[in-house]
Amino acid sequence: MRRALASSFIALSVAMGSAYAADTIKIAYIDPLSGGGASVGEVGLKHFQWLAEQINASGGVIGKKLEILGLDNKTNPQESLVQAQKAIDQGAHFLTQGNGSSVGAALTDFAVKNNDRNPDKQVLYLNYAAVDPVLTNDKCNFWHFRWDANSDIKMQALTNYMKDKPNIKKVYLINQDYSFGESVRTEARKMLKAKRPDVQIVGDEKHPLLKITDFAPYVAKIKASGADTVITGNWGQDIALLLKAAADAGLQVDWYTYYAGGAGGPTAIKQSNIPDRVFAIVEGVPNDEPAETQKIEQEFRTKYGTTFWYPRVYNEVYMLAQAIKDANSDEPKAVAAKLEGMKFKTFMGGEGYMRKDDHQFFQDMYIANLGPLPAGAKFDEEGTGWGWKTQGVVKAKDTELPTTCKMDRPS
Amino acid sequence: MLEIITFSTLNGVLYGMVLFMLASGLTLIFSMMGVLNFAHASFYMLGAYFGFEISRRIGFWPALIVAPILVGIVGALVERFGLRRVHKFGHVPELLFTFGLAFVIEEVVQMIWGKLPVDYRVPPSLDFTAFRLFDTTYPAYKMFMLAIAIGMFVALLVVLNKTRVGLIIQASLTHPNTVAMLGHDVPTIFMAVFGAGSALAGLAGVIAGPAFVTQPAMAALLGPILFVVIVVGGLGSLGGAFAASLLIGLVQTFAVAINGSLADIFGASAADWFGDLGTVTVAQIAPIIPYFLLVLVLIIKPTGLFGTRET
Repeated sequence: MRRALASSFIALSVAMGSAYAADTIKIAYIDPLSGGGASVGEVGLKHFQWLAEQINASGGVIGKKLEILGLDNKTNPQESLVQAQKAIDQGAHFLTQGNGSSVGAALTDFAVKNNDRNPDKQVLYLNYAAVDPVLTNDKCNFWHFRWDANSDIKMQALTNYMKDKPNIKKVYLINQDYSFGESVRTEARKMLKAKRPDVQIVGDEKHPLLKITDFAPYVAKIKASGADTVITGNWGQDIALLLKAAADAGLQVDWYTYYAGGAGGPTAIKQSNIPDRVFAIVEGVPNDEPAETQKIEQEFRTKYGTTFWYPRVYNEVYMLAQAIKDANSDEPKAVAAKLEGMKFKTFMGGEGYMRKDDHQFFQDMYIANLGPLPAGAKFDEEGTGWGWKTQGVVKAKDTELPTTCKMDRPS
Repeated sequence: MLEIITFSTLNGVLYGMVLFMLASGLTLIFSMMGVLNFAHASFYMLGAYFGFEISRRIGFWPALIVAPILVGIVGALVERFGLRRVHKFGHVPELLFTFGLAFVIEEVVQMIWGKLPVDYRVPPSLDFTAFRLFDTTYPAYKMFMLAIAIGMFVALLVVLNKTRVGLIIQASLTHPNTVAMLGHDVPTIFMAVFGAGSALAGLAGVIAGPAFVTQPAMAALLGPILFVVIVVGGLGSLGGAFAASLLIGLVQTFAVAINGSLADIFGASAADWFGDLGTVTVAQIAPIIPYFLLVLVLIIKPTGLFGTRET
């Protein structure tokens, strides 16, 4: 026993020694690489790895290489904190995460406490997809930055679009039972009431997060409610399986979603044979990307066989690289100071900016629907022959919502 | 209303029958050997992965036969070379053995097939709409699952009631010691039952894989519900396992369809009495209802609905 302890101490100190001597900039990717969230978590990791490769191939940042540490948090907040600690012990200055606002809330608290207690081992939490508004409002802090439009912004854009659709009469809400799903349903109710008081809400469902393997009972309920439109913030397997069950039951409704583009979504939509009736609110549409971005899209698709889902990850990684260059250091505090208020030409070519008040990134948002592509369009989804088509654009300035954030900056 | 009742019943019976395919083997093993086999759902997962692997090489129909047999062989080997050795040391080591085995199987599956769900699809020959009712379609594949599950149930009944092997198994369920004293080779019966039970779970996996999701977490998602089934059904009772499977399948599916909450029954004042609990709908607590049932049964009737003995 004593020998085992001693040898593990030696192993540990060797590992730590090498970590601190490293001349790489480590970004710890803490997201589900197993379980119900893995189908999106794996693809997210590929985005980061690929972008890091691109930057490293052109010389890295301030003479250092970017290195992505892929850490599996099983979509579990507790597990995420263990992984975050592991990342810090390995010398990471940057944590990035996106799947699950419950995880996001845990990580942002962790970053604050850690940075308070260990001024020499501070970290930034770079959030690319946890969209619970609270993270840039009541729970905002100096160490957190968010690149995805928050849930309220997305719902604002969706309902602005739905407002002018007279065929929407009965709406069904189905969401995951946790903080994010809750914020989607309350905002949807609130905004629909203000913009379309005539619309009737015929169902308001909350189901367990990433645990359902057969949505048939839920779809039967949607069907029975007589809804003509479904609004959902579901992601990961929860959206793919929901759409799959709807296809099996022959459910004919319009879908207003946040993440219908995720793994398995387009395949199920094609199977349902409901062209142009599934909408998603996104920050990028492959066929409307500027030419130089389409080159990236093509390279990524050729290499990994999947769509470049996360334009926001591109924005995040390149803005981080820029901030490190500007600060000429990868110290979290210095980098954060440079990120605040930074302006950036986004993946889609528009101008985006990191609002200083709450560390929320604003960019043009697109409402797109999935259906047969017009001639000349290059990119379909999951080999279905169908692709996303832009239906509406919301300018970055118009997505701004007020924040309650009172940012506490370290002196 | 009629529509949702019809489809909830269909979905509930289907889910219940899949549960029974697993619970039947589990309850046989539990009653005969006294082993609560924590790895039983892992055999279901193995069935799904074997089915996936075989069906992409030689097709779905051969997989339907071959995969359960392979899983059965794995199960028999586990009993012969693992469980039988541990058996000497009593029930707790046996329990720990199966507990560990479940994790080992999950890890092995992840190593071979990865952590992502595999693309196990409904075979094209079954990929059509079975019928349309109230403007809702029902996939043929689910009818096929139902047919397989019912076929298996009938076969099991015949084997247990009409054959000599069945008689011995039934006798071992209630009087294991007496059967041994009569000169039957109880260890071999154990191995055969363990193997057959695993094969049934494997068969459930092969047919459930394409309908649900074939992923490394599928065993862990289904495992706990199985224990509810055998406890509620009662130890040593196949009929109990059958009734409990259907009951839980239907309860879970119908609970999803119900929107009522305490606030609807007691009026707006429920919020004052129950706090947040007052506004939670039945649909929201659907996943925990089986466990609530488990606790109730253990308190009120520890032998389960149809159970005859306690150990």
